[in-house]
Amino acid sequence: MPELNLSSSPAHLRHGSNIGQPLTRRDGVLKVKGQATYAADNHPPGMLFAVMAVASIARGRVTSLDVAAAKRHPGVVDVMTPDHKPQLAIDPEIKTNPFVFRMEVLQSDEVRYANQPIAVVIAETLEAATEGAVLLAPRYETLPALVGLDAGESYVPPVVGVGNPTENHLGDVEAGLTAAEKQIDAIYETPPQYHNAMEPHAIVAAWNGDSLQIDMPTQGLMLSLARVAELFGIAHDKIHIRSPFLGGGFGSKGLMAGPPVLGIMAAKLVGKPVKLVLRREQMYGPVGHRAPTRQRLRIGTDGEGRLTALDHHARTVSSTFDDFYEPAADASHTLYASPAIRTSHDAVRVNTGTPLFMRAPGEATGSIALESAIDEMAWACGMDPLAFRLKNYAEVEPITGKPFSSKALRACYEQGAARFGWAKRSLQPRQMRDDAGLLVGWGMGTATFPALMFQAEARAVLRRDGSGAMEIGAHDMGQGAWTALAQIAADELGLDIDRVEFKAGSSDLPDAGIAGGSAHTATAGAAIHSAGAAVVAKLADLATNDERSPLFGAGNAGVIARDGRLIRRDDETRGESYVEILARAGVAEVEARGTGAPNPAAMEEYAMHAHGAVFAEVKVDPELGQVRVTRMVGAFAAGRIVNPHLVKSQLFGGMIWGMSFALHEEAITDRRSGRIMNANLGEYHIPVNADVPPLDVITVEEHDPHVNALGIKGVGEIGITGSAGAVANAVWHATGVRVRRFPIKIEELLTQR
Amino acid sequence: MKPFDYIRPATVAEAVAAAVQPGAVYLAAGTNLLDLMKGGVSRPDRLVDVTHLDGLDGIETLADGSLRIGTLVSNADLAHDANFAKSYPAVAEALLSGASAQLRNAATVGGNLLQRTRCAYFYDTASRCNKREAGLGCDARDGENRTHAVLGWSESCIATHPSDFCVPLLALDAVVEIEGRNGRREIALDALHRLPANTPERESALEPGDLVVAVRLPPAARGFATHARYLKVRERTSYAFAVVSAAAALRIENGKVAEARLALGGVAAKPWRARAAEDVLKGVTPTADAFQEAAWRALTDAKPSGDNAFKIELARRIVVRALTLAAAGTPARIPALPASPFASTSGAIHA
Repeated sequence: MPELNLSSSPAHLRHGSNIGQPLTRRDGVLKVKGQATYAADNHPPGMLFAVMAVASIARGRVTSLDVAAAKRHPGVVDVMTPDHKPQLAIDPEIKTNPFVFRMEVLQSDEVRYANQPIAVVIAETLEAATEGAVLLAPRYETLPALVGLDAGESYVPPVVGVGNPTENHLGDVEAGLTAAEKQIDAIYETPPQYHNAMEPHAIVAAWNGDSLQIDMPTQGLMLSLARVAELFGIAHDKIHIRSPFLGGGFGSKGLMAGPPVLGIMAAKLVGKPVKLVLRREQMYGPVGHRAPTRQRLRIGTDGEGRLTALDHHARTVSSTFDDFYEPAADASHTLYASPAIRTSHDAVRVNTGTPLFMRAPGEATGSIALESAIDEMAWACGMDPLAFRLKNYAEVEPITGKPFSSKALRACYEQGAARFGWAKRSLQPRQMRDDAGLLVGWGMGTATFPALMFQAEARAVLRRDGSGAMEIGAHDMGQGAWTALAQIAADELGLDIDRVEFKAGSSDLPDAGIAGGSAHTATAGAAIHSAGAAVVAKLADLATNDERSPLFGAGNAGVIARDGRLIRRDDETRGESYVEILARAGVAEVEARGTGAPNPAAMEEYAMHAHGAVFAEVKVDPELGQVRVTRMVGAFAAGRIVNPHLVKSQLFGGMIWGMSFALHEEAITDRRSGRIMNANLGEYHIPVNADVPPLDVITVEEHDPHVNALGIKGVGEIGITGSAGAVANAVWHATGVRVRRFPIKIEELLTQR
Repeated sequence: MKPFDYIRPATVAEAVAAAVQPGAVYLAAGTNLLDLMKGGVSRPDRLVDVTHLDGLDGIETLADGSLRIGTLVSNADLAHDANFAKSYPAVAEALLSGASAQLRNAATVGGNLLQRTRCAYFYDTASRCNKREAGLGCDARDGENRTHAVLGWSESCIATHPSDFCVPLLALDAVVEIEGRNGRREIALDALHRLPANTPERESALEPGDLVVAVRLPPAARGFATHARYLKVRERTSYAFAVVSAAAALRIENGKVAEARLALGGVAAKPWRARAAEDVLKGVTPTADAFQEAAWRALTDAKPSGDNAFKIELARRIVVRALTLAAAGTPARIPALPASPFASTSGAIHA
């Protein structure tokens, strides 16, 4: 029987009772008891410890390393340097596909950014390797570092994000601005932000001849495997990667970065298993980050508050040696109807690691600027910010004119505003106070994120003992894939979830694609859906073609799989259990594969996005300038919600990150050296529990027949969009001070008394 | 990590003897020292672990009404000691506004006094820092310095002392008991920490081998219990050092300030006592105008050391607020968000 792809016109839509249930994490007990094995928990026999020495300059070259001193240190086994390392099969500077980024794996003595790996010390203990790295006492030839958004001549990059056009035009923006009754022209800045997943990047690598066993957190098992295969010149089937749990990914563990490659090289060099775990400060360089931006928004409206033009330009940075451009201005493509829209980008090169994907890349940075600007425009028009947004509600995707596959944003606005009590907001800023005299402000922002699909495959099995299995190399980054995908699997197999053996997180399973772009549940779910449908179809063939079965001849009417039984679609009293069907057929099990993939025809026809509306309340001390978020309500429409409990957690996390974006997060770079001065969790501020207010998430019902078979849009990233702007706008509403440089700092709010 | 000797002395005398030699440091909870060692900022040859010494973890009231706090009392135990919090509420509030619950459970009284600055250039071993290595230079002076000192700084060093605990202690005239090579001595807390001048590497009055064994609050410190607050402006609600903080304590008699105490945190290389401000408050009615005047006096000598002029204005406003809060009276229980400007509106009632 051929493999099926049923994602566009599913033959058996059978949602059982699992999808939609708020199950708690099935791996929760393991995690609470410390029994969930993260990469760095693995200790194969004979394992050595590798520690990276990293550059303390941002630009130049290493002129000397005291390898002898490091080697003399008790316990040090070897020191890997550009002069002493295993050869790679290809030059890592070669970009073999658009998802390959350049990495620093000791190919030369050049230093391109601070915290770049310049050597690896391998020792019997972590302490010896750590001290060995110190004893290398590198000397450098230092060149002036390129730092900040004005570091050099700007240029227009060929593409932004992942292949997006750098510029987009609709209508005549200049004419629209000229004709406008009211205009704003404002510049916003967002800082560099760095990945701080609880689990730093880590690898345990063990060579056995030309086979390679890897334990490593990854959001893309097969992408990582393919990159390792080409770098080390070995066949795919010689590599096994285990990644059952990630302590957070957020985009930093999607593509193979340099440090895990160094771990594999080190294991090869010493001929023993090696563990390499990044120190917290080593996360600030070689594993991607969110680039800073400076965004200029020019908006015009007619006398009634309708947009006449929206011009969004973003300046960002990339590294001196590779290209990734935060597509911040693209945030203006989808939300607000305007006869004229222009989005454009330019960039300068700086001495940092290449900026890469960080939760909602482009959407997050663009959203805080756009939502602030819309707020400013509403105020300039004397309109309530929600009324202004409704006045400019996009019925079709503004930049393309395509209809939306579904868009329940109006319901998000309504339900969110009602829950928050938005109607009581004063139009003027600095009007509201609490009993203690603190300034109170209410702000809102619109959330949006594209509903993406990638490619995935799954394998489904139904067994004679009445159990089933679903295999897919999916990734649980903490978002709950072990639970949500198992729920989908159970429904597709027509079994109770406890009768399904769900396998994920290993490269010897079918390729689940990448856990990124908020598309993993949708993509892997579609593959599971297809595989389940295919294996049920095989089972149904066994029954409907066998005259001994009560289902004989039901092939045309079709059957439904439910509770371990197949039943006639047109007569639910007639059915037979899987056990009976397989026993009579004399087979131990039936199996089938299925795939999930984007549907180009639907994408051509429809714009596909999740939406939401976030409302925030802040209090500001009028004299001291300290800000506290006291309430947030987010209403999100993201298609089918597989597990409301996990989805709510994802959205909470996004909203907290949005608040962090507005008020806390910033990498402070020394403008002379290019070194990051707060590369630690003590000084790189993210909100702590005491900062996080009561959060209220509403998931707005939305049925989308076009995005994919299951109607899932994804919730991984949307929570951060809208939220950051809502908090920033609330600060303005509280104080009357419009801060356009994020995060908002105390000194910005000390101006008035 | 660099290998080091680990010594666990049985007595204070043995500890002092073991710590006299160059390269030796005392280890208490290690909440600061171990981070410094992991970062290569401190590279001691010998750790003298004092955590097993007897008799250093008590809180006792002495015959004269002083309170003596052993150096090994944890920050959490001290803050949660009901009698202590009642008698010295601003100190308890300051303790609870510092670090995180986990750190407070470990960190000790003596360690808190002797914690190092949080200047990023001190921690970053690739940067020049006179405090880390005498004569190297100061990269903070022209660097990212919006949180650095505005009082008592020098061209050699613009770092601040990060402690919350020390600020109200200083306001209350705390005394530090020290065991050293030549026996026991005591000095005012105000004399423990030094301003940088040309020798920022010398941070305290301690000599090699000196061990802080106790902190004492004099009898008069209890007299402020009904009008004492600590206020800390910071960039997040917990686990952040003060941008600027203030401890204010008033003794109010017949509607007038009989005596005022005021100290600032986060503004200088030591906790900063504002005696000139205290003087202008003596005998006056506690009004907003009087507090404004005190705030101006407290910051008369302040000057920016970089991108931090805002800290001077912020400090003035914090002084006014802290005095206002103190005049209004110490709350019955420590607020759920200790020392926060939002203490009164957090929803929860107490810590």
